[in-house]
Amino acid sequence: MLIAISSLTVMGIVLGSLLGAAARFLAVQENPLEEELKAMLPGSQCGQCGYVGCSQYAAALARGDTSVTLCAPGGKAVVEALAKKLGVTADLSELEEKGPEYAFIIEGLCIGCTRCIRECSVDAILGANKLMHSVIAEACHSCGKCVKVCPTDAIVMVPVRVTLANWHWPKPEVEHIQSKPKVGYAH
Amino acid sequence: MKLFPVRGGIHPDYRKEQTSEKAIVALPMPPLLFIPLQQHVGAPAQLLVSAGELVKKGQMIALCQGTISASQHAPTSGRIAEIAEVAAPHPSGLPQTTIIIEPDGKDEWADLPEPIADPFAADPQVIRDRVAQAGIVGMGGAVFPAAVKLNLGTQYKIETLLVNGAECEPYVTCDDRVMREYADEVIDGARIVARVMGAPKVVVGIERNKPQAIDAMTKAAAAFAEVEVVGVPALYPMGYAHELILAITGRETPAGKRTAEVGVVAYNVCTVRAVHQAVRFGRPLISRVVTVSGGAIREPKNVLAPIGTRIADLVEFCGGFATRPESIVNGGPMMGEPLPTLEAPVVKGTAGILALTAEEINSRPASPCIRCGNCVTICPCGLSPVEISAFVRKDNFEGAAKMGVMDCVSCGSCAWVCPSHIPLVHYFNYAKGMLNDLERERRKNERVKTLAEARIIRLEKAAEAKRAALAARKPSPENTPSGNGSEAATATTEEKVNA
Repeated sequence: MLIAISSLTVMGIVLGSLLGAAARFLAVQENPLEEELKAMLPGSQCGQCGYVGCSQYAAALARGDTSVTLCAPGGKAVVEALAKKLGVTADLSELEEKGPEYAFIIEGLCIGCTRCIRECSVDAILGANKLMHSVIAEACHSCGKCVKVCPTDAIVMVPVRVTLANWHWPKPEVEHIQSKPKVGYAH
Repeated sequence: MKLFPVRGGIHPDYRKEQTSEKAIVALPMPPLLFIPLQQHVGAPAQLLVSAGELVKKGQMIALCQGTISASQHAPTSGRIAEIAEVAAPHPSGLPQTTIIIEPDGKDEWADLPEPIADPFAADPQVIRDRVAQAGIVGMGGAVFPAAVKLNLGTQYKIETLLVNGAECEPYVTCDDRVMREYADEVIDGARIVARVMGAPKVVVGIERNKPQAIDAMTKAAAAFAEVEVVGVPALYPMGYAHELILAITGRETPAGKRTAEVGVVAYNVCTVRAVHQAVRFGRPLISRVVTVSGGAIREPKNVLAPIGTRIADLVEFCGGFATRPESIVNGGPMMGEPLPTLEAPVVKGTAGILALTAEEINSRPASPCIRCGNCVTICPCGLSPVEISAFVRKDNFEGAAKMGVMDCVSCGSCAWVCPSHIPLVHYFNYAKGMLNDLERERRKNERVKTLAEARIIRLEKAAEAKRAALAARKPSPENTPSGNGSEAATATTEEKVNA
């Protein structure tokens, strides 16, 4: 009896102090939501949302300070994922107008200054000093930072072409007969 | 043989009598042939010829690349007129890279690979290679490379090879005619495929509305104990492999899984015949039987057309249009897709070209759903079209995906049965396209993340190298820090170019 009581007491004290110490020394400083949101973002640190990088945007999102529609490279998929995670409704109307794009270098205008190469956060631009540059379209995530730094306006954003591989049926336009009340409907 | 009940299904007006009694006729060589690099699921074939080059019949003109792909061959001898972008036989009418051949009229064969003397003693790998070399794809419409499918035998234990001769699409009779006229070749091809797969049993499933085909096939199969010909009920979509397997074996293929999971692999009759030709004669897949039919066609026919025949040439051979067609359909009326242009070519998966009149299409405006539940009753996939379409109408793709829209095979039964004429399949095709888009976008974002992380590591390494170089040079005072900086910057760019 006495052994049981004393052993349980000792265990309680030891484990309790362990938990207390753990809570103090291993405390999670960060909002776990912030980490999750960060994982959803593209992670290219392009800064187009107006924040320094993806972690700062994620922090602002976690605080609820900003809109979920700011991530340009992420596109609709990211906006929807963020909106779902945060339980908010996103206004997708603006995003839908602009389809997927990629950067294109007008070769005749490129002077080979490598500024765009240094700016590109996904290494999608190929080239060297005083040699013409080119964009690897598949790797480009359309952040548009290279367009801004180009001294000769040689970079333009062009829409991704619709091909047999990515074409799909549009939404059917169904006009239900008699679905709308006629003008002058009785109130 | 005892058959098992299947789920759903409809009884459309079959209208096969327009062509079912017409023997296969060969199309005279058209003035130009258009061979697209992609006629199959997977990666497009790699171009092997250039404009002006002379080619022989059966010569490979495009080589398969990647794991899932198929080669293309010249259907006749002639000159490569041009490599150009030509409209694809696709509802979008978008162009694709196509080899244009000007036939020389000699129809001279190239040196074909040697026939495999005894395919039942040969190494299965030899036959697999031969099928890959012949550019054979699933000719029932799925256009999946046949050689890749043959590999399933090494991953799964296949008990039954199912030869799909159901041909449940109305109007289309090309499989019916092939079974009646070339039954021996079909059976031989099927036995070869079964041997490669290691399947001990071959079952040929034919809808009972084709009694002559069942007779011919039964006769051809009589000598082989392992081959059985089974008449299955005429019920659309019996030709859908999962449905046919359910009817014959009673086994249901799990959603999103291959039929090989239940020990069965299905091949279309034309595909196994192509395997027979490749193995026994070394001939690649360069022509196919196409049913040209519909109310607007003057003389409906079953035509043996070289791959690459312009659909306009095919229609002209069948007497042209008797009346103005309301729609030209590529495939059958249930699952076929409208063709925006007659300039597109016949490809390996083209089973039928239909010119339908307005009465045949019977298109009407949609009215509100009356909750009759017919679409749920007839769905062969066990889905609930009425609920899925409600999600899709609201662009709630996640909801639609949860309801199983990706398991829909677009057989069109629900839209056919709907008394309110709601374009249900159109909704599902749209939803599947949007879900694929979202998936592509998600994968791209993942790739962007990897690339961005790789860049950060690269920059860190470059900075580290720069620091190390600086430290190494410090003892010698003649090196100025400014010179250092510019050199390091060049190194970074060079490194990037090399990477």
